[in-house]
Amino acid sequence: MHNHASCHGMQNIPMPAGAKKIVLVGNPNSGKSVFFNAFTGLYMDVSNFPGTTVEITSAPFGNDVIIDTPGVYGISGFNDEERVTRDIVVQADAVINIVNAVHLERDLFLTQQLIDMGLPVVVALNMMDEVRHNGLDINVSELSRQLGGVPVIPTVAVSGQGIKEVKAAVATAKVGRALTGLNARFNKVEAMVPDHRLALLVLEDDADITATLQVAGSGEREAIYRERRERINEVVAKSVKETNKGTRLGITLGRLMVRPLTGIPLLLATLYGMYWVLGVFIAGTVVGVTEETIMLGYYEPFVHQLVSRFVDLASPIGTILAGEFGVLTMTVTYVLGLLLPLVLGFYLMLSILEDSGYLPRIAALVDRALTSIGLNGRAVIPIILGFGCVTMATITTRLLGSKRERLIAIALLAITIPCSAQLGVITGLIAPLGARFIAIYFLAIFTTFVMVGTVLNKTLPGKSTDLLIDLPPIRLPRLNNVLKKTFNKSYMFLLEAAPLFALGALIISVMNVSGLLVAIQDVFAPVTVGWLKLPREAATAFIMGMVRRDFGAAGLSDLTMSSAQVVVSMITITLFVPCIASVLVMFKERNWKEAAVLWVSSFAIAFLVGGVVAQFII
Amino acid sequence: MKLADMKPGERAKVTRIEDATVRAQAIRFGISEGSEIICDEVIPAGPVIIRRGLMQYAVGRNLAQHIEVTPQVKHLQRKERKGRAHA
Repeated sequence: MHNHASCHGMQNIPMPAGAKKIVLVGNPNSGKSVFFNAFTGLYMDVSNFPGTTVEITSAPFGNDVIIDTPGVYGISGFNDEERVTRDIVVQADAVINIVNAVHLERDLFLTQQLIDMGLPVVVALNMMDEVRHNGLDINVSELSRQLGGVPVIPTVAVSGQGIKEVKAAVATAKVGRALTGLNARFNKVEAMVPDHRLALLVLEDDADITATLQVAGSGEREAIYRERRERINEVVAKSVKETNKGTRLGITLGRLMVRPLTGIPLLLATLYGMYWVLGVFIAGTVVGVTEETIMLGYYEPFVHQLVSRFVDLASPIGTILAGEFGVLTMTVTYVLGLLLPLVLGFYLMLSILEDSGYLPRIAALVDRALTSIGLNGRAVIPIILGFGCVTMATITTRLLGSKRERLIAIALLAITIPCSAQLGVITGLIAPLGARFIAIYFLAIFTTFVMVGTVLNKTLPGKSTDLLIDLPPIRLPRLNNVLKKTFNKSYMFLLEAAPLFALGALIISVMNVSGLLVAIQDVFAPVTVGWLKLPREAATAFIMGMVRRDFGAAGLSDLTMSSAQVVVSMITITLFVPCIASVLVMFKERNWKEAAVLWVSSFAIAFLVGGVVAQFII
Repeated sequence: MKLADMKPGERAKVTRIEDATVRAQAIRFGISEGSEIICDEVIPAGPVIIRRGLMQYAVGRNLAQHIEVTPQVKHLQRKERKGRAHA
């Protein structure tokens, strides 16, 4: 289990001698990362917290070091994020607690827990601009008084308001007023656990801390939580006034989004809108310019010319560098000309969905459907993210409540969900074929999705958790925030995809030059030609697909095929093995055995389903 | 009465949450035994959407069947009066 209870875990964070640890703590979506970025310059360190896949960013902050933590609702050790936050917080010299001003009742639980640990705290009361829109009036000085004099600073982080003040207030961070009932409890454990912070965690029955310190928990977690909840409700009652019921439009819209009668058409319209933007506009119009005109029209001829000055283009080196699958030609054309526009488009739409508060409502709407495959509504978030990048989505399955749900979601992602780049290529190829072929493709993938989910739900032991989420108010996303998110995520995509693509191109080119490619095509001919009824060159695309599925789909787009063949090849490549990055993440998040089983099953399922469809339509 | 049996517009007090982990999670979110809640929406065979104070939550159907609530009669009557007035 996790034995990094108190002193381990932070050795990866560079700490100059005498530097204080200033820790940023807050609920998910409280705007923590905006503060972190505002406080720090370009220089930051990203380290992986030992024993977890949780990434921790830290950066110099004057003479001190500021450390960002994952978003959590409390420090209860319910998941890796909470455990990591706990292990960092217990060593903090000061805590900047980012609180969503609109959700004080929820967010102050964590604040009070930090105060109860005896940590010096500064509270940044973020999203103050939305407070009035939501019909609230917060008495900031009263809130600070209620918390025992902890500095409370109103901020609007996205527009930079209050950041300076928070920075200045770090020096005045103060230990607030702990729950009154805690003193007597502390006395009981003081002899065994002199450290106040750890003592609170022991009182709250933290499994890891009690195990490491070899003491028994007090069995009082719930009593303490309830006292804390009552105290917070009191604090909120004394410092917040409700002036009206908030924005009518937002409330009405929120309602329409969850009622099936209006919610389902709205969801379908949203998905259709995304399909149109990605599959029709970007994959057609935009990529027509970026790939055809710019990359194939100008860039590749330029590279050919450049390379031919040094080596013969027909030589092995020339082929590897600038041939059909060349590292300098195909990789760059695919990544920049084809995939980047699609990825930008996807993340733009995803950021809008995220920031508008629509995603949790989709989760509520589809909860019922997902329970039949052993998931709850929350799983819709990794699934939608999977349409962006399966690798990233696999990491976000952590938000699911149980191991079995994570496994089901990861399997569905690995086997059935095409990522944005792949989806773009696929929609671009299938859209012109007409309704019948689109329906066949959709039906094949959907049936596989339901079958994989149902089989896993029936066979995996244990019980799935139920939906319990909060629904944030519906709001208009801010353009600069949406754009920033889009560019950051797309940039991360480039960083990750480009080397893998180059590697894939290299492997294919070497195989091509050595004659191995033709040999493999021959070996696989019974499958590709006999069973899937595709051209034998399709085998090359499948090999490319092992590196990345979108890479494979792009490879298929170069072949001359009939409409039915296109559909079969697209079904097969959609269900095909997850990309190298996804496999690595699966391996990290789960274990090699599960990753291997998933890889082999997705290989088998792809050829099985593709072949069955081929028997009917070709 | 179970939370799952509530109808939109009804008010109730949470009296019992069965599962200990869910109970702890709910307390952190803002709902504890004794909290007064309002039912906002019921998605047919799906989650119940409730409001407490300024926060809105979606509670899965199965979970809602394991949460015991007591209807708050006073508010119910007011709601009914309003309903009749509309009719």
